[in-house]
Amino acid sequence: MNLFLQQLINGLAWGGIYALIAIGYTMVYGVMQLINFAHGDVFMVGAFVGLVIAQLLPDKTSPLSVFLVFLSAMFFSTLLGILIERLGYRSLWRKNAPRLSLLIVAVAISLLLENSGLLLFGAAPRSFPEIIPSKSYFVGSIIFTNLQLIIILSCLLLMGILHLIVMHTKMGRAMRAVAEDSEMSALLGVPRERVLSFTFALGSALAGIAGVMVALYAPQINPLMGLLPGLKAFIAAVLGGIGSIPGAMVGGFVLGEAETLVSAYLSSSYRDLLAFLVLILVLLLRPQGLLGKGVVEKL
Amino acid sequence: MVFLNLLLSGCARKQEEERIKIGVILPLTGLLSTFGQSVRKGVELALEEVNKGGGILGKQIECIIEDDESKTDGAQTVVTKLLTKDKVDLVLGEVVSSATLAIAPLCQRYKVPLVTPSATNVEVTKVGDYIFRTCFIDDFQGSALARFAFENLGARRAAILKDVKSDYSIGLASAFSKTFKEMGGEIVNEQAYAAGDTDFRTQLTSIKASNPDALFIPGYYTEVGLIIRQAKELSLRITLLGGDGWDSPKLVEIAGASAEGTYFGTHFSPQQPTPRVRDFVSAFRQKYNEDPDALAALGYDALRLVADAIRRAGTMERVKVREELAKTSKFTGVTGDITIDENRNARKPLVMLKIEGGKPTYLTSIEL
Repeated sequence: MNLFLQQLINGLAWGGIYALIAIGYTMVYGVMQLINFAHGDVFMVGAFVGLVIAQLLPDKTSPLSVFLVFLSAMFFSTLLGILIERLGYRSLWRKNAPRLSLLIVAVAISLLLENSGLLLFGAAPRSFPEIIPSKSYFVGSIIFTNLQLIIILSCLLLMGILHLIVMHTKMGRAMRAVAEDSEMSALLGVPRERVLSFTFALGSALAGIAGVMVALYAPQINPLMGLLPGLKAFIAAVLGGIGSIPGAMVGGFVLGEAETLVSAYLSSSYRDLLAFLVLILVLLLRPQGLLGKGVVEKL
Repeated sequence: MVFLNLLLSGCARKQEEERIKIGVILPLTGLLSTFGQSVRKGVELALEEVNKGGGILGKQIECIIEDDESKTDGAQTVVTKLLTKDKVDLVLGEVVSSATLAIAPLCQRYKVPLVTPSATNVEVTKVGDYIFRTCFIDDFQGSALARFAFENLGARRAAILKDVKSDYSIGLASAFSKTFKEMGGEIVNEQAYAAGDTDFRTQLTSIKASNPDALFIPGYYTEVGLIIRQAKELSLRITLLGGDGWDSPKLVEIAGASAEGTYFGTHFSPQQPTPRVRDFVSAFRQKYNEDPDALAALGYDALRLVADAIRRAGTMERVKVREELAKTSKFTGVTGDITIDENRNARKPLVMLKIEGGKPTYLTSIEL
């Protein structure tokens, strides 16, 4: 029983991280019906911005440094998110281009970011400095670390803030309106392009933070690190119901735990297999996901 | 004038005949260049020493060093050149198993002995009776590590965490497991990861629950560094040990203080307290202003072992040189005493290091 609880705790951190990235996928899908495959790479950029800033700071472990690392990762990935939307998607979106064109652009941006990363930083994995020295705590025989605690708590906090933004601000209301019915919201005077920018900014900020979290939790980063977590988060978003923010959160945690339990009780070789199996099963049996709306749409 | 030319060219040919030509194939540029450059330094130091001592059979040795750009087809191109144009007496190289496997059939066909300083894959020397190696193979390493865990560490219950994407790791794990069980130990848990993974907490948690005395991690330093760190986090207070994949300064860089008290086996340590190693290290420092690493030591030993075999053969006839190479017994190298067995593999000790004060420190040598 203790072993089981311990494994659940191990899975919780990844669950939170998947959830943070999945929110970005799901929000963008909500407002423009696009799977933004460059999203996983925004997460990678967040980790590398964190690395560069951490290396510049003299006192790496002070709370101020930690704050600066997170803030700068968030800032630059937000900027990147806005740029991607402006330069990559907007003109196509204005022309009402087919969704496939947008999807192809998404893949192109993803490749562009990955290869720019390879050019700048090389393919060899880099160690991320230990800006939060790891500490272990015991509850009975169960161990959790300060990092796991920080990751899970900040994920919950960020989700709380996101909830407030989406449900209780003007921009949030506009987002929901666009997601509900894009054309009608435009007729009613909702500034759709600003909403798009804002959605990308919000999702990318969360991805940037998730990037630093992963870099702290598994301190080895490389320019292709966004690929797999990006796909997993996409699966989490589909599992929860693409377009639904609470769905992305639930999907993230469910997937994180399921992966951990599979590697704990079967074999770690089945971990990635499980994620893609989940994707196929959800698409076959319940395409709207756990919490999604019952509208079946062709992708 | 014509006469003079003839005379000169005659002289040159005569001098050439008096040299023993050894072709050296190394990855001097490209992905594996750090390996190739280390071996080159070791080979050149040994060459200098042999030639200064008057060469062998009254002849100087000439090394024709060729770069294969870390590519297997590059290795095939340069070996063809060495065998057909330069007509070398012996080939030394390559560093990695894949390239060595690519050039071995050619050397075998031309009946020119090939000696690799560092290719550890079992298949390499199976190519033919002209193919030798002066390093140990993966099976040996796994077994020696099992013996170390059982006898020196007193472990009876061992767990294994292996990289399922690497033949090296799988090979080491199965040899370790076989020997450890034969000695009377028990493998209580065997977990897997894939190269490139960064989170090993799940596997380590289940290893911890099976309560072993020691954890064997036959992987490369990139992942091993993180494994060691996360094991500490989960307060897994057992001995961690591994093989030569750990042998990189990066290991301690990644693992930090958690690496203290872990053990790994490798080919060579500059701290080994024998006069042979001391002399080698000081000569190496004098020439290159740095400490030799394992590959430099392997390169150094390979050339000296070859020179010794030629001296014993008393001739440059390749059949005789091959025979003497095969008869090599207890050759005193800086990587330990080397004996060539019936499969043309080297039998030699595994050097065990313990990480203390952030540095790998020589502990003991293990023989089977």
